[in-house]
Amino acid sequence: MAQIADARTAGVGERIRTLANSFQLDTRLLAMIGAVAVIWLFFDISSGGIFLSPRNLWNLSVQASVTALLATAMVLIIVSRNIDLSVGSLLAFLGIFGGYVQTEVLPLEGTHTWWISIVVMIGAGAVAGAVHGWLIARFAIPAFVVTLGGLMFWRGAGWLFTQGRTVTPLDTTYSFFGGGSIGETLSWIVGAVGFVLLLAITFWKRRRRKSLDFQVKPMAMEIAILVAVGGLIAAFVWTMNSYNFPRSDAGRGIPVPVLILIVVSCFMIYITNMTSFGRYIYGYGGNPEAAELAGVNTRLVVILSFALIGGLTAIGAVISTARLDAAPLSIGQLLELQVIAAAVIGGTSLSGGVGTILGALIGAVLMMSLQNGMVLLGVQSAPQQMIMACVLIFAVWFDVIYQRRRK
Amino acid sequence: MTPIVEMKNIYKRFGGIHAVEDMSLDLFPGKVVGLVGHNGAGKSTFIKMLSGAYTLDSGQIRVDGKDVHIGNPIVAKELGIETIYQTLALADNLDTSANIFFGREIKTAWGALDEPAMEHAAIEVMKRLNPQFVKFHDPVSNLSGGQRQSVAIARALQFNARIIIMDEPTAALGPHETQMVTDLIRALKREGIAIVMISHDLHDVFDLSDRISVMKNGRHVWTGPVEDTNKDEVLQMVILGKLPDGSYAPGIITSEDA
Repeated sequence: MAQIADARTAGVGERIRTLANSFQLDTRLLAMIGAVAVIWLFFDISSGGIFLSPRNLWNLSVQASVTALLATAMVLIIVSRNIDLSVGSLLAFLGIFGGYVQTEVLPLEGTHTWWISIVVMIGAGAVAGAVHGWLIARFAIPAFVVTLGGLMFWRGAGWLFTQGRTVTPLDTTYSFFGGGSIGETLSWIVGAVGFVLLLAITFWKRRRRKSLDFQVKPMAMEIAILVAVGGLIAAFVWTMNSYNFPRSDAGRGIPVPVLILIVVSCFMIYITNMTSFGRYIYGYGGNPEAAELAGVNTRLVVILSFALIGGLTAIGAVISTARLDAAPLSIGQLLELQVIAAAVIGGTSLSGGVGTILGALIGAVLMMSLQNGMVLLGVQSAPQQMIMACVLIFAVWFDVIYQRRRK
Repeated sequence: MTPIVEMKNIYKRFGGIHAVEDMSLDLFPGKVVGLVGHNGAGKSTFIKMLSGAYTLDSGQIRVDGKDVHIGNPIVAKELGIETIYQTLALADNLDTSANIFFGREIKTAWGALDEPAMEHAAIEVMKRLNPQFVKFHDPVSNLSGGQRQSVAIARALQFNARIIIMDEPTAALGPHETQMVTDLIRALKREGIAIVMISHDLHDVFDLSDRISVMKNGRHVWTGPVEDTNKDEVLQMVILGKLPDGSYAPGIITSEDA
């Protein structure tokens, strides 16, 4: 009886959630995808079809790539109850440092110059991040303070390095990582490989769960999800291929920064869901004392998480400087706030323990879509910032309500 | 019967404060020791040296007759010593199987987490404790107090604990859930596990323990079988450090001294 009464008094939202739960879907993620769809439609209609043109979407994806890339790592930082305010400055420093290595240390336009400088940048980024993490974990200095220090320190270090000069031009092969793309055929191949991987993982998981007598999603549901995701992949590749090189019929295909983003995101999703490091990040965020008592080396976890975001900051620096073909001191300003905002809009809770990589990616796309759309509509930059601020606050407010309802 | 754990003449100080002085305790398989005393009597500090959360300043711990050095919780766990903390030390945002295996995950051949295997094992071990439990996919923050307690105990059982330390196992529970924990402890005894139970609740202590050990001001007052004493005597020992024969335990500062 009690159950029947419960079912009757349950609101619509409750019933949708129950339905989604029985299919093991994430309602919050669906809501965010819905929000992005609404924003895209709105901008497309009000810009007279420019917003959803292949050209704009191609540019949007490149614009979003650095923010999205760093947001994937920022999720782990925030989930483990820390924060990283230094990414923008560190990105500028690493860009300058990489430019210096390319132009002053290695032979300009040498065969190996591009990859050596990238490896050096990623190494330097990881070390810088690890130092932040070490100060936080070893000496219990709040992450806010350490990385606020990083914010001031690294831009200063960048200035010192070149006396304020912009390093340019950079290596030609290196520049490919900013504005290059991989062409139509390769793009389809990448899409196909991605889909096959997804297929393999889905059915491997299903078989494994079945062999242990666990409940699995209905087959029709599984196929529907696969078809939907496969459709999204195809639509994405098709869109990227529809933006042609100037005065040519050849499509550009997936931009290199976006390809990097895809690879890094897969890596980060693997780390968070499939490794004990990821498990410790979430467990530590949920209850630091429990992690300590479970014998987890929590210091190492914190240091590694900051090394990770440092390494990704270096990749972001590669993309940003390669795109400009220059390493100015001014890049990455306010990037840290953009990245944190993307993670928070994507459902990462600042009190720790909660957040997903996929959410952060969608959060980054949502933010960059707003920015891109407002530029298309000719909104001045001052009101742009004010609108973004409102969106951020609204997103967090929505999250607070959502979390409260769930309990 | 030979003790599985012997703790002898344990000392621990924090700065100038002697938290534990010259405390000794033996544990036997399949038996429960109720460790009682005031807040600040040193019970938790003493027991944390067995669970590896603190290292002892001096003294000796033997497991199976062999001297051991328990430098951290991992060493304790390798010796089969599991602790169930009063706070339960669960990560509230993770689900049951993630909590049971927290810090000791099952991995596949390539080092990735083996979720299905962990979930499978979690279901098996929870069956032993709480057959009605079904909320395997909920974060443990959604579970009731008794369910959370059984998750914490399952964590110990999963790894073949031989010695379980329980810090105030019934402190935050209602009558029904207290009964559940009582049943859990009886089940653990039948499996031959040695248990130390820290508790304020003398009723529970007398109900569940085979032996009682009393601490006051970081020192040992009295240890003996539960049949040899009664609640009034234990209360006298807890509050005054006054032994049943009317004398005072060595090192106990009494109001008469002051």
